Amino acid sequence: MTEPLSPPKKKDPQRRSPVATLPPRTRSRAGLGLAVAAAENAFRLQTCADCGAVQYPPRDACCRCLSTDLPWRETDRTGTVIAETRIHASPDPYFRARLPWRAGSVRLAAGPTAICHLHGDVGRGDAVRLRLMLDKAGRGVMVALPQTPTPAMEDDPMMRELTAHPRHRRVLVTDARAPEAPALVQALLDAGAAHVWVGEAEAWRRWPGRAGFEGRENVTLVPLDVTDSDSLATLAGEIGGKTDILVNTARHVRPGGVMAADTVQARDAMEVNALGLMRLGQAFGPGMAGRTADGVNRAACFATVLSAHALSPDPGYGAFAASQAAARSVAQTLRAEFARGGLRMTCIYTGPTEDDWHDGLPPPKVAPKALARGIVKGLIDGLEEVFVGDVAQDLAERWRRDPGILERELGDMP
Amino acid sequence: MTILSDLAARIATGAVRVVDLTHTLDPDFPVIVLPPEFGQCARFRMEEVSAYDHRGPAWKWHNLSLNEHTGTHFDAPSHWISGRDVPNGAVDEIAPEALIGPVCVIDCSAGAAADDDFALTPEHIRDWEAAHGQIPSGAWVLMRTDWSHRSGADYLNMAEDGAHSPGPTPDAIRLLLDRDIRGFGTETVGTDAGQGSHYDPPFPAHYLLHGAGKFGLQCLRNLDQLPPTGAVLIAPPLKIKGGTGSPLRVLALVDQT
Repeated sequence: MTEPLSPPKKKDPQRRSPVATLPPRTRSRAGLGLAVAAAENAFRLQTCADCGAVQYPPRDACCRCLSTDLPWRETDRTGTVIAETRIHASPDPYFRARLPWRAGSVRLAAGPTAICHLHGDVGRGDAVRLRLMLDKAGRGVMVALPQTPTPAMEDDPMMRELTAHPRHRRVLVTDARAPEAPALVQALLDAGAAHVWVGEAEAWRRWPGRAGFEGRENVTLVPLDVTDSDSLATLAGEIGGKTDILVNTARHVRPGGVMAADTVQARDAMEVNALGLMRLGQAFGPGMAGRTADGVNRAACFATVLSAHALSPDPGYGAFAASQAAARSVAQTLRAEFARGGLRMTCIYTGPTEDDWHDGLPPPKVAPKALARGIVKGLIDGLEEVFVGDVAQDLAERWRRDPGILERELGDMP
Repeated sequence: MTILSDLAARIATGAVRVVDLTHTLDPDFPVIVLPPEFGQCARFRMEEVSAYDHRGPAWKWHNLSLNEHTGTHFDAPSHWISGRDVPNGAVDEIAPEALIGPVCVIDCSAGAAADDDFALTPEHIRDWEAAHGQIPSGAWVLMRTDWSHRSGADYLNMAEDGAHSPGPTPDAIRLLLDRDIRGFGTETVGTDAGQGSHYDPPFPAHYLLHGAGKFGLQCLRNLDQLPPTGAVLIAPPLKIKGGTGSPLRVLALVDQT
């Protein structure tokens, strides 16, 4: 049984904060495919196109027939633990700090036998549910979990390492005026967040939703405007050293293509969506990336909401889509930069949302509550790429298959 | 002594006081808010280019971004559709001597304290003239409301039916135009009342003043430090090619003797 996590004690100010170390990062090109699958909670393994063998670990040729045609296919997630070991000594600095560590070999229903990290609630002979998860270095690793959820299983030390569960963590939500902000704050608190700061831009503009955040236990409105470097520097000076999770909800959405739209609104979109994310990364990134080994509530994840049209534009929202593509690119660079410190960069892609700016569009649209749930689930599952709702999932699938065809399909939409 | 050397000496001794009527350009200072489907007035933003560091070892400087109508600012005739054909109606075309002139201050602070939608009417202007004499041709007229003492959300004072802040009625502006004023200034975010869109014509200060080639000043402060008459206003906007307005430093010279 997993021991539930207790709220962390206050830090001893005379002790040095633990230095973040990373598990081994080196992978072959084929090995990186595991991270791609793990990022979005897929269980894709190399499956030989010629002989059908499923292989693990990934290689450049099929271990049975030497074919090099090895597409990644979603695979059966079940298996059985055939051996386990508890590692008590390691020369690796990352694992030395986390001993003992359990690993085991698991026979996958799909065929291969894999060395896996073992959840504390599984042992030899157990039927298990397998997941590919991102480790602290951003690499894909295979994890054996209880077949059916066990109490407090997310509090297992290994899970705590591999996910960004909000429990006992302090979260900054950057824009209180985002339609999903109220539901997101509630979902974070429900998941056990210790405190949620909610950014408010332009307090000189009255808005009715403000009352919903005022006077709530463990919720604080803070001045934050992603278009204003000074406001970010000031806030980071106050809470940057104790922000464990950041969720950027600031978005500027306006309909209109490129030819007939105006550059003033496009500039606003870039300022909020792309440069705003960049400024957040500059203000909060270094502090968070330096605190990824700092106890139970160590910094874990920097997340941002993006439109799925960051992948391929909806010409009806041309300038907005351009800002989203730019924001995605900023996020990818931040991901590479954060990875060196063990901080996760998570992109939450949504289709059209249920709000004023997508009024004319047909359903399905993503309701604020669904988006909030998707964000928190992504944190709990430890993902880097989260697609919320049918539209985003469908777009992502079509984009993976053929970005050129998707571009033309979207261009033909009325 | 010449007039100018005498003035310089009096400024140095404080016999002529220089009053700053300008708010600090600050990212948090409110700007006018339009319905969100319209293009918006850019907020004041300042990004550091370097600060004696690797980006420039011996110097500190910033890039600014803002609208012509951000902060304490000047409205040129070309700002409004009624003034689009006014000759020399853009800030760069206005003759420099037009930017300095006598100023009359009408104290509406008691009225504005009692009523957020306080309206300056011809009657108020005539009452003021009964006490201080007729507004001279070429004068700036400033409407003192002490609104600049407000901050945060109380400044725009937005409600579901729009902003609520004091301003002039159309007939008040017509009377000021009869007096051939130089321009009209306020402490609020615009020269018009918060509910000014509901007058006929909508936004009468903008529409009538600029149509007549007059200027506007808004987001002023320290009007409570000016006498009703006798001060001189110095209000030169930036020389922006084709500019419809400009943030500026507004100064008043007040004779203390």
